[in-house]
Amino acid sequence: MNIIVPVLTLSGLGVAFGVGLAIAAKKLCVVSDPRLEEIYAKLPGANCGACGMPGCMGFAEALIQGTCTVERCAVMQDEERAEVAGILGVEAKIKVKLVAVLHCHGGNQRVKDKYIYTGARDCILAHLVEGGPKECFYGCVGYGDCARACPFGAITMNEEDLPVVNENKCTACGACVAICPKKLFSLVSVSKTYAVRCKSLDFGKKVLDVCSVGCIACRKCEKACPTGAIKVINNLAVIDYTICDNRGECFKVCPTKSIAKKKEDKAWES
Amino acid sequence: MDAAKLMSIMISMVFINNFILSKFLGLCPFIGVSRESKPAISMGLAVTFVMTIASIITWLIYRYLLVPFDITYMRTISFILVIASFVQFVEMAIRKTSPGLYKAFGIYLPLITVNCAVLGVAVLNSEAFFLNGYAVKGSFLMSVAQGFFAGIGYLLAMLLMSGIRERLELINVPKSLEGVPLAFIVAALMSLAFMGFSGFSR
Repeated sequence: MNIIVPVLTLSGLGVAFGVGLAIAAKKLCVVSDPRLEEIYAKLPGANCGACGMPGCMGFAEALIQGTCTVERCAVMQDEERAEVAGILGVEAKIKVKLVAVLHCHGGNQRVKDKYIYTGARDCILAHLVEGGPKECFYGCVGYGDCARACPFGAITMNEEDLPVVNENKCTACGACVAICPKKLFSLVSVSKTYAVRCKSLDFGKKVLDVCSVGCIACRKCEKACPTGAIKVINNLAVIDYTICDNRGECFKVCPTKSIAKKKEDKAWES
Repeated sequence: MDAAKLMSIMISMVFINNFILSKFLGLCPFIGVSRESKPAISMGLAVTFVMTIASIITWLIYRYLLVPFDITYMRTISFILVIASFVQFVEMAIRKTSPGLYKAFGIYLPLITVNCAVLGVAVLNSEAFFLNGYAVKGSFLMSVAQGFFAGIGYLLAMLLMSGIRERLELINVPKSLEGVPLAFIVAALMSLAFMGFSGFSR
């Protein structure tokens, strides 16, 4: 008879907890919106975070709650965006395609090292040590944090240790803009073919000492530009892309070739 | 239960008998979730919570069901049953009532429903606070305190480990030691260090 008591006790416990859980599952169940899965299937699934939400699932939830608009996703193409907007019952705006542009072309051939760095090959860490091993404080460190951060594999490091953006793969998610310790990336409309490839705020002499292709703030571009789109601010030429219409006068007159032109094959010519 | 007893339970559970580093329980999440501090803290909090809850509920089961029927040899299976189902219930309740809390550590709850550290604390309670089949005076509160501080000890070990591993990520180590092998070596060294606490108790 000894076996009866434990069997009854344990099966009693099992039944009690089983029934309890079954009731709790009915009472406490969280109803999820059927559109959630539908929208999530249409999203890119890269979880890049460019929309500011924790991944694509978070973006889908925010869309349904109405705290976010479809345009916030930088990755989706126009037709996908229209589909998602269709599920939500709203209209999607057409978006200009942006790509990431690097504002430095002082590779390891053009800028000397100021000390021998033997630490972890990581731009953020190297930047902590006197602004990185390069002589130019503002230039690219060249350890490829951006290439590792890019969720789409659009950035590769070339032989000069400079990142090269593949414009077909780039979705302007902004991961490289956020991670670069020197803030060298910006998102520019794909139709713009000229860019200042320098971020140095130093005086002309100091720039010339450390880099052969840096902006020395000579203001030739400012004078040459017929539309007034390029201005020298704080010893650095900056193009206002709301005005610039690809005339290229600045590119022709730049004495240090720090303004670059995008060629037909999408590579930057300097 | 007086303050001195509480203090001795705390020192014992957090340092001397630390669940991970002295008793070697719950090593799976210790290695698996300790890569970064943030999930490690969430995991530690979830374990603390579940251990406290498990101490309460298994004490009740042991005192009012297993002891009176004289079937204490069934404690392992009945503890697994009640801990697993109760944690499931708590997970559902948190999901329903507080999405914020659910995001913070709810996702870790299913991972640890039948974790050996959680079962370990329940078994330890039933051994330490029941003499000859009778509950010692104040054993309920002591059980709860033991469960809670065991969880705090777990949290401490997770926090230390994740801090070390975050730094190890940035260091050049031999290829064969990268990742988990190095984590095991670190865990062994930390465990050795924690052995030093064993002289604390009487």
